[in-house]
Amino acid sequence: MAAKAVKIEYKKRSDGRSWEELRPIEAKTGIVPRADGSASFKIGHTLAYAAVYGPRDLHPKFMQNPETGILRCRYNMMPFSGHGERVRPGTSRRSQEISMLMSKALLPVLDLKDYPNSVVDVFVELPETDAGTRCAGISAAAMALADAGLAMKDLVVSFSMGYYDGQIMCDLSGYEDCDVGVSDIPVAYIPSMDKFSLLQLDGEVPKEDLIKILQLAKKKALDMYKVQQESLKAKYRQGE
Amino acid sequence: MTDTLHAKERDIVVPGEIVAEGLGFLPSKGLYREGEKIRAGRMGMIAVEGKVVKLIPLSGAYLPKLNDKVICKVIDVLMTGWRVETRSPYSAVLGLKDATTEFVPRSADLTQYYALGEYILCKIIQVTSQKLIDITMKGPGLRKLKNGRLVEVNPHKVPRIIGKDGSMVLMMKNATGCTITVGQNGWIWVEGPAPEAEMQAVAAIKKVEEDAHLPGLTEKMKEFLEKLTGKPVEIPQGLPPMQEEPAYEREERRERRPYGGGGDTRHGPGRRGPPRNTPGDN
Amino acid sequence: MKMTKEHVLKYLTSGTRYDGRKNDEYREVKIEYGVSHAAEGSARVSIGETVVIAGVKMGLEKPYPDTPMQGNLMINAELTPMSSPLFETGPPREQAIELSRVIDRSIRESKAIELTKLCIKEGEQAWSVMVDIVTVNDAGNLFDAAALAAIAALQDTAYPEHDAEGNVNYSKKTKEKLPLAQTPIEVTVLKIGDHIIADPLPEEEEALDARLTVAVNDKNVICAMQKGGDMPLSIDEISAMVDLAMAKAKELRKKLTR
Repeated sequence: MAAKAVKIEYKKRSDGRSWEELRPIEAKTGIVPRADGSASFKIGHTLAYAAVYGPRDLHPKFMQNPETGILRCRYNMMPFSGHGERVRPGTSRRSQEISMLMSKALLPVLDLKDYPNSVVDVFVELPETDAGTRCAGISAAAMALADAGLAMKDLVVSFSMGYYDGQIMCDLSGYEDCDVGVSDIPVAYIPSMDKFSLLQLDGEVPKEDLIKILQLAKKKALDMYKVQQESLKAKYRQGE
Repeated sequence: MTDTLHAKERDIVVPGEIVAEGLGFLPSKGLYREGEKIRAGRMGMIAVEGKVVKLIPLSGAYLPKLNDKVICKVIDVLMTGWRVETRSPYSAVLGLKDATTEFVPRSADLTQYYALGEYILCKIIQVTSQKLIDITMKGPGLRKLKNGRLVEVNPHKVPRIIGKDGSMVLMMKNATGCTITVGQNGWIWVEGPAPEAEMQAVAAIKKVEEDAHLPGLTEKMKEFLEKLTGKPVEIPQGLPPMQEEPAYEREERRERRPYGGGGDTRHGPGRRGPPRNTPGDN
Repeated sequence: MKMTKEHVLKYLTSGTRYDGRKNDEYREVKIEYGVSHAAEGSARVSIGETVVIAGVKMGLEKPYPDTPMQGNLMINAELTPMSSPLFETGPPREQAIELSRVIDRSIRESKAIELTKLCIKEGEQAWSVMVDIVTVNDAGNLFDAAALAAIAALQDTAYPEHDAEGNVNYSKKTKEKLPLAQTPIEVTVLKIGDHIIADPLPEEEEALDARLTVAVNDKNVICAMQKGGDMPLSIDEISAMVDLAMAKAKELRKKLTR
């Protein structure tokens, strides 16, 4: 993210959306037939694939927990997925942090106590990135976990909120995140609990505005929630 | 607040979806109560019996259970037995004393009995709370599986593939001429007189798996098999020889039974009464 | 393992495969171009249920001192744990390395990309073409799907804008496509017992005696080969396998619509 010496004027969204509008969403399940559950989640030009394997045997043994199965997320952007240079394959500090945040965002809805000493692996790969990648990853992963038939209290809905010059907006594009320098606030929301399981923020946001941001996020989350629900049911509609 | 049912029989629901509202409803396994609301605790299909709301899972892992007949793959030969893969997070052990009715001498080469990579139909005789599993090969029908191919289906579709009173699998067996051995863990062994017959059986099994949630499946499968084999197909009536347990009764008995082998056995199996929420539901 | 092989052979002897195909038949092949708009070029290939994505990124660099008039080509493949429970996380292992290098040879040796054409200023500025292949679902025959994805991605590649100082503007693509002189097609043929088959299923890959990957260029000339598997091959066997590969390459090439 480049530091801007001169503050850019941003009175209208570059892609023509209204401040509250999310980018177009496309969600599908079953994209990795070999996995136990899988889904793809596309929002604007950010596309995330998620595949779930598990519960399955966990190695190395020292990682096993005799009281419950564990959740292990791995987030990875494909080398050609970004708007700049090629990204060298392999983990980075950023991808490790995001992998950990993804697990934390998904764990509250899962119950793995029936599977001690085992692991549920979630692999998220992104062929295309244009901001909001960890959020798309979480949204895809939640669908994949449901598709895999795991015990889940609810789905998890995730997208980024933004704040710039007093203006609140939903679902940042890459241009807004990197070029304009809009404050990025990724969130993940669990509708049945009415709680957030992911909250990050960078930039300057007064507290009253933060509360307004979260309230707007809750509202918009329900739209995305419906899309996730419909996609999960879609494959059972085919026969009818 | 009046009791309202939001989902109806055969509806597909996703985790978190509100299935019913009101304290008069009784949520069964896979559903949980949150105040007045009953929500789905996993993906599945709704079944309603009076005031009891049930969720029939259509996907999910296999959890090894006492007395299940499962198809396993030998993955290790030990000093006093074999270790097998059960298609769950937990491997199982086949001890020498349970391996065969023959006498196994101490110095015997165990691979002569069961070798790496071979598939066996066995029965689970113990599941501890830490998920250590023991199996046996001594019992009716239990045997090494040869000359066939393995089909993988989701374990939750197994009741549909077996059918009421075993009728679905019997219909497929009669139509294709294949032996179809169904493991509760979703592994199915198909042995036929020729590759073509086997492929027909595989196609039929996969079709049942895909359409398991739809009504009128037996009729549909009769037509499917007739088209596939070019021969008329009969839907079997009455009970076949007792190899597989009646599917729906089995599901209910599992709900009432104390969990696994390490659970509370004071009440014994098959206790009558309304299905109770076993620990682990929320 | 032995049992599966016997059973697979039983099918092959009767002229059919586990999924009903003939010994030389491919599953449905689908190619989708431009699946990642951030990449300079990309493609998704599916062969039956096997899915592989390839993407191309370009950069401006100083040429290597021993080849001052040439740009650079790099092919990298990742067998992701997402695509199969048999793949682990971590740096590429033998299988992924072999896959990368075999595809690399087919593209390099066929002179599909004229490396001197990538040079802008001798000794100072040249394009680096970096192809990354990522597996999404392994249902057998990753080799052929990966090779096809790499070529399709290269066909889809357009130069990004750049200025005289060597700064690339990735957000602007030019209309100028990467000049591809050839489109080498790779076909992997398996030998199981006395049978040779194309487009293997995972059960067949497990049962193989030997495999031969053959890359064929537009003029129907072999431009790369790689033998795998534990069993050795006679000249007759090699000849038969190459014939099958070349016939299949012709068919596969028709799937490239660019």
